[in-house]
Amino acid sequence: MCDSICRSEPDSVAAMPAFAPDAVDRAIVLATQAGLPLYPDPWRAVGEQVGLSGAEVLSRMQAMHRAGVIRRVAAVPNHYRLGYVANGMSVWDVDDDDIDRLGREVAGVEGVSHCYRRPRHLPHWPYNLFAMLHGKTRDEVEHQAEALRLRLGSACRGYRILYSSRILKKTGLRLAGAGKS
Amino acid sequence: MTAARTAASQAPVALDATDRAIINRLQDGLPLAERPFARVAEELGIGEGRLLYRLEQLRDSGVLSRFGPMYHAERLGGGLTLAALRVPEDDYERVTRAVNAFPEVAHNYRREHALNMWFVLATETPKRIAEVIAEIEAATGLAVYNMPKEEEFHVRLHLPV
Repeated sequence: MCDSICRSEPDSVAAMPAFAPDAVDRAIVLATQAGLPLYPDPWRAVGEQVGLSGAEVLSRMQAMHRAGVIRRVAAVPNHYRLGYVANGMSVWDVDDDDIDRLGREVAGVEGVSHCYRRPRHLPHWPYNLFAMLHGKTRDEVEHQAEALRLRLGSACRGYRILYSSRILKKTGLRLAGAGKS
Repeated sequence: MTAARTAASQAPVALDATDRAIINRLQDGLPLAERPFARVAEELGIGEGRLLYRLEQLRDSGVLSRFGPMYHAERLGGGLTLAALRVPEDDYERVTRAVNAFPEVAHNYRREHALNMWFVLATETPKRIAEVIAEIEAATGLAVYNMPKEEEFHVRLHLPV
């Protein structure tokens, strides 16, 4: 990964050594978790809040990015307001032997945002692979799911799409470990 | 955010070509460099001031829910999990209030399934996840289906607009 121009997140966070944020890192996290100031020099604007120079803030954030603590500094669209009103959590019952390979493949399919392996809860919940799908219509989401089903082939024993019908709560993630030591 | 405000602020909006270019580019991430907005503005062929102004409008009007660092909770030492409940329909409002009252519940969605409530828990420490789950079970009288991630294949939300 490059240090300065980073358009994407580090490839494998899991492979990285643990990162222990110190009090200065935590102050930066707290000052930015609600958002980055929209100023020509945002690093200096953050620095003014936490008593650091802009250069120090930038260098700390670059280090956190290298360590995988910051995935990226980015725009988070409200998908409903962009017309992506069909949001389905697709869940798949996939052979455990193949899931790591297939999970990586599924993650690369257009329209998939988050893709995780999670535990089954038998007998009620046989699904172990989760992939969030986003479309402008349910039809579009069904097509995305069909593409995934073809990709998974015989390793897949079944799937469901759980559409969200109501947002009950949506706050920013309150960052664990950021406020207390 | 209240339920009423959430419902009212979800209507799709019309965006012009500049807005779309800004959103598409900045979903990929701001360069961690000096004068980052000037660099992106140059890529997009617009002025830095215009980019910042548009971005502010997009954020304030709710087209963007946020602009800033995406932190990785577990790498900061915290706990994170996805959990679900099977809520009886006639008890749904009470259970929603009980679950949402926990500050550790970051997101909560109603979904069309027998497991009809899905929420994300974010805690200060990994150990705290089990405690909060036990507290939610006590508060709701329902069994929590805990579904922590065992492997992360992709965390990327790029919605072309």
